Amino acid sequence: MDKNRLAAGSFRLLLHVVLIVGVFALFLWANGKDPIQAVRDTVRINLLQWRGLWGVMVRMAPLLLTALAAAFPFRAGLINVGGEGQFFLGALLGTWAALNVPGLPQWITVPIVLLAGAVGGGLWGWIPGLLRARGWVNETISTLLLNYLAPLIVGYFVFGPWRAPELAIYPQTPEFPDVARLPALGTTRLHVGFFIGLLFLFAYWFFIHKTRWGLEMRSVGGNPEASRRLGVPVSRWVVLAMVLGGAMAGLAGIAEVAAVHYRLKLAISPGYGFMGFLVNWLAGSNPVGIVLMSFVVALIASGGFTLQITQRIPYAAVNVLLALILFVVLAKPASGILAKSLARRWKA
Amino acid sequence: MDKSPVLRAEGITKRFPGVVANNRVNFDVHAGEIHALLGENGAGKSTLVKILYGFYQPDSGTISLDGRPTPIRSPREARGHGIGLVFQGFTLIPALTVAENVALFLSKLDWYISPKKLAAQIQEASRRYGLELEPKTPVWQLSVGQQQRVELLKLLLTRARVLIFDEPSKVLAPHEVDTLFGIFRDLRNDGYSLVFITHKLREALTCADRITVLRQGQVAGSLNAQDASEEKLVELMFGEPLKEVATRERGSKFGKPILELVDICTRAVGTTPALRQVSLTVHEGEIVGVAGVSGNGQRELGDVILGLIKPTTGKKIFLSQEATAWPPARMIGQGVAFVPEDPLAMAVVPWFSVLENVALLSPKRFSLYGGLGMAWDKARAVARAGFERLGLNPLPERARAASLSGGNLQRLVLVRELSRDYKLVVGLYPTRGLDVRSANAVRQAFLQARAAGKGVLLISEDLSELFALSDRIVVMLRGQIVGEVRPDQTSLTEVGRMMVGVGHG
Amino acid sequence: MNGDWFLSWISGAILYAAPLLYPTVGEVLGQRTGMVNLGLEGLMLLGASTSFALSVRLGNPWVAVFLGAGVGLLANLIYAFLVVKRNASQLATGLALMFFGLGVSALLGKPYVGQMAAALPKYPLLGPRSLLFRYDLLVYVAFLLAALAWVFLFRTRWGLQLRAVGENPAHAYAAGISPARVRLAAACVVGFLAGLGGAQLALGVTQTWSEGMTAGRGFIAIALVIFSRWNPLRAIVGAILFGGAVVLQLQLQARGIGISPFFLDMFPYVLTLFVLLLWGRGVRHTAPASLGRVYFGTEERGG
Repeated sequence: MDKNRLAAGSFRLLLHVVLIVGVFALFLWANGKDPIQAVRDTVRINLLQWRGLWGVMVRMAPLLLTALAAAFPFRAGLINVGGEGQFFLGALLGTWAALNVPGLPQWITVPIVLLAGAVGGGLWGWIPGLLRARGWVNETISTLLLNYLAPLIVGYFVFGPWRAPELAIYPQTPEFPDVARLPALGTTRLHVGFFIGLLFLFAYWFFIHKTRWGLEMRSVGGNPEASRRLGVPVSRWVVLAMVLGGAMAGLAGIAEVAAVHYRLKLAISPGYGFMGFLVNWLAGSNPVGIVLMSFVVALIASGGFTLQITQRIPYAAVNVLLALILFVVLAKPASGILAKSLARRWKA
Repeated sequence: MDKSPVLRAEGITKRFPGVVANNRVNFDVHAGEIHALLGENGAGKSTLVKILYGFYQPDSGTISLDGRPTPIRSPREARGHGIGLVFQGFTLIPALTVAENVALFLSKLDWYISPKKLAAQIQEASRRYGLELEPKTPVWQLSVGQQQRVELLKLLLTRARVLIFDEPSKVLAPHEVDTLFGIFRDLRNDGYSLVFITHKLREALTCADRITVLRQGQVAGSLNAQDASEEKLVELMFGEPLKEVATRERGSKFGKPILELVDICTRAVGTTPALRQVSLTVHEGEIVGVAGVSGNGQRELGDVILGLIKPTTGKKIFLSQEATAWPPARMIGQGVAFVPEDPLAMAVVPWFSVLENVALLSPKRFSLYGGLGMAWDKARAVARAGFERLGLNPLPERARAASLSGGNLQRLVLVRELSRDYKLVVGLYPTRGLDVRSANAVRQAFLQARAAGKGVLLISEDLSELFALSDRIVVMLRGQIVGEVRPDQTSLTEVGRMMVGVGHG
Repeated sequence: MNGDWFLSWISGAILYAAPLLYPTVGEVLGQRTGMVNLGLEGLMLLGASTSFALSVRLGNPWVAVFLGAGVGLLANLIYAFLVVKRNASQLATGLALMFFGLGVSALLGKPYVGQMAAALPKYPLLGPRSLLFRYDLLVYVAFLLAALAWVFLFRTRWGLQLRAVGENPAHAYAAGISPARVRLAAACVVGFLAGLGGAQLALGVTQTWSEGMTAGRGFIAIALVIFSRWNPLRAIVGAILFGGAVVLQLQLQARGIGISPFFLDMFPYVLTLFVLLLWGRGVRHTAPASLGRVYFGTEERGG
């Protein structure tokens, strides 16, 4: 790809994003808010203060993993829009483990809980993977459907058998025992989930680009017909890619519960699964891109909370800003190329 | 003919990234004329007719209708001017019925579609031209020949005057081609102008009134049918007399059997035919050719050998081992090499590099630490040795497969499949769509394999190729083997007859 | 279980089916041209919040409903522009649209939370006394619309062209149809109907506004499209089934029967999955063939 064109393209894209932020500022101003103060607050609190920065990174943690939930299947030529459902099922199974593991030390309990979460998400990816591998139901459709089922299952347990007796008003499970909670970094809020996300991002890169299995999985995504003729077990990779993706989202779900909420309830995701899909799409399934994009998305979300407090701007404004930025990126015919060339540079 | 032509294109130039598909092409067609457009694959025939039909816009040049310059900006405009095109791959929509497909093309259709009225209209037209089509059948249930007739029906109902066919015979059996050419002649006599693309000399000579030859995007010559001869046309097409692959001495002593198929039967799935009682043996040092009109079970035969299709009954024995249930990975591991047609779709991953594509065949060979890494040096060495052994110029290792020409892709596949200890090569139309030089490279590789004592199964539609290479030719028709001949004891016509099921003996 | 119970169930099911039917029928048309729109949820929310706000302000529910639907149409023009003109990914664009609708509707509707709006007038089907089968006009229209959509799709020239675009845009183009124009028109219809569905929900069914009040109906509509195998008439069945599940759950709750409402909610999704499994196996050519794919126009790209 022509470097100058790429540079010009990125510059124009940046310009448009700035423009969108400008429009958003105008919108704030029209509503009697102070846009300059808003930007200043966002930057000061979320970027310049350690506490705020930790907060942004805490929000990145689930996004890194839900982006991987889309990335693994994408490499095998599959579209997993089911991150949201897999997130919930991971949270569910992880919670089951957290509430039922007998008194073991933290260093054993936490891995068990995380593993259970990954199994839950993986299960929710296995179903559409199997349906697709058998040629029965398209995975886009089945993952969408399973997205609705998962929160309903969680709802059943949270409202029913697992409901904490001491808090009858709120439908939620009892708190996790201390040994089942994800440890945080020192006194900050930044929990281990973030680093698990980074670790898996690296593992993803290594798996895809360095290993024989990655080569096979990419070949399934690149040309399933040729792969079949080369003796690559296509069906097995389809299922496995979905299971791996689901496991990532499941991990995100249980990490979020075990590190932030400490209990399972219905309101654990403001759409992390969908956001992860978008993050992966923006990043072109490239690991560095995923880190960058989830940082941007997390910053916007954190900024939203800041503004809710400092400027009394409803949190919903975050969704608008996020969508506007996405629209601008989507409107660039070159956005895919941008992501791809990023990926190529990374590979070289 | 002193009338001005119905359709005339002058100085048409069309560039695609990296190629000039048409270079100052002049072409015209008169009323009541059949005009053949002859040329090799990639000579620019399809591009030219797509420009005439408004599907592509020429970079320069003019198109005139009845002597008036008329730009054709879209297929819709083309049809408005009475120009119709039957695409090579057809433009029928499988999920819709015959009637709906036809209705799509009728410009003067009521806003409300009455299924009965439409059916009646179609049945009437279909009877008049002897096309025999049932309006309510979904198109995906039709045979290829029937689909072509739907395309023709569409054009006739939209009152086209100029009927253009992009390689109409490619998908047809020989007797179907005769029927089609019969229809062509009837239409010509009714005053229609017909243009058809072909790369077969005989078709141009038997059916056309005038023949224009394209070579590398340029008009190499245009002559009336009565002035044309095979030699003249060959010279125009290729520029120089074509060197044939030398026909060689055919041995009669072969080694041990490598592959034995015994009474193989398969189930028909969708439109794919079933194999019925197919028995076949390939020995060491032998090339067995499989002739037949494509779609008579050859592809399924290849897939059975590769292990992609499990036979319902029958046995497959490979290297004296019962291999009926082996999956592709095991067949490949035991030494089956597979060289299919259209490598971009069937054999390589388009956005993988040359090297990655080479490593994709049994990647275990190159894995380090049980799969955690890949020994690219080893793959590189294997690829280099492979190119050398086959006498080919090495391809750039980092180039993406999608950026290679069809011929180079097939070289890549040859190198990959044949640079290891294989026992049997299966070629599934391996030279289809290739330029002459690449096709010869494939043929040389197969001969080399034979000389090294490997078994070769060559599935092809090109009879002269089969005759030049094979030690034995079997003919397939409707999933069965209907005959077995030795090329030195039979003739092309004889095999051609067997292929369509007339009077074989 | 007596007859009264069944009547009230079916009566409620129809009421809850209507706001699902609008976006479903719209999406059937959209998907028949090859476009999946995951932003239906956002569009419905926009329709619901704007129509509710306008109804409070203007006092005229009809004007409010149509303006709400119009807002849905306008918002979906963003989707149409990105997908048709800029060849953007349909799934990503749809999700962005969902977040857009979620955000904008919440901002617009914030001042109206807890307020009362002028609701749509009801027309009882069984005479003025009966409490059952009293619906606003838009409920009746919804079912009529589904039938009309069927006629449109399978019995008119435009419907045929629309289906052709969804099956194979290149071939449709070869037949003289502009895929871009057809998709643009379809996107307008999708936006309008999704907005209308949201408006009807707010002013006809719930008669209040709260943030995220569509509660996943936009996504359910997409499931219904699949359930109905892209057929507007079957969509009626699907919508009533979904609506019926909601009503059944309310009824059981009212009677204090101890079945978790979540199981009932799950039922339609599981059913859809099973329907897909049963119909999807071996049946060819049910889904529009170009669904979700990017159509780059007729000229092939190099390389």
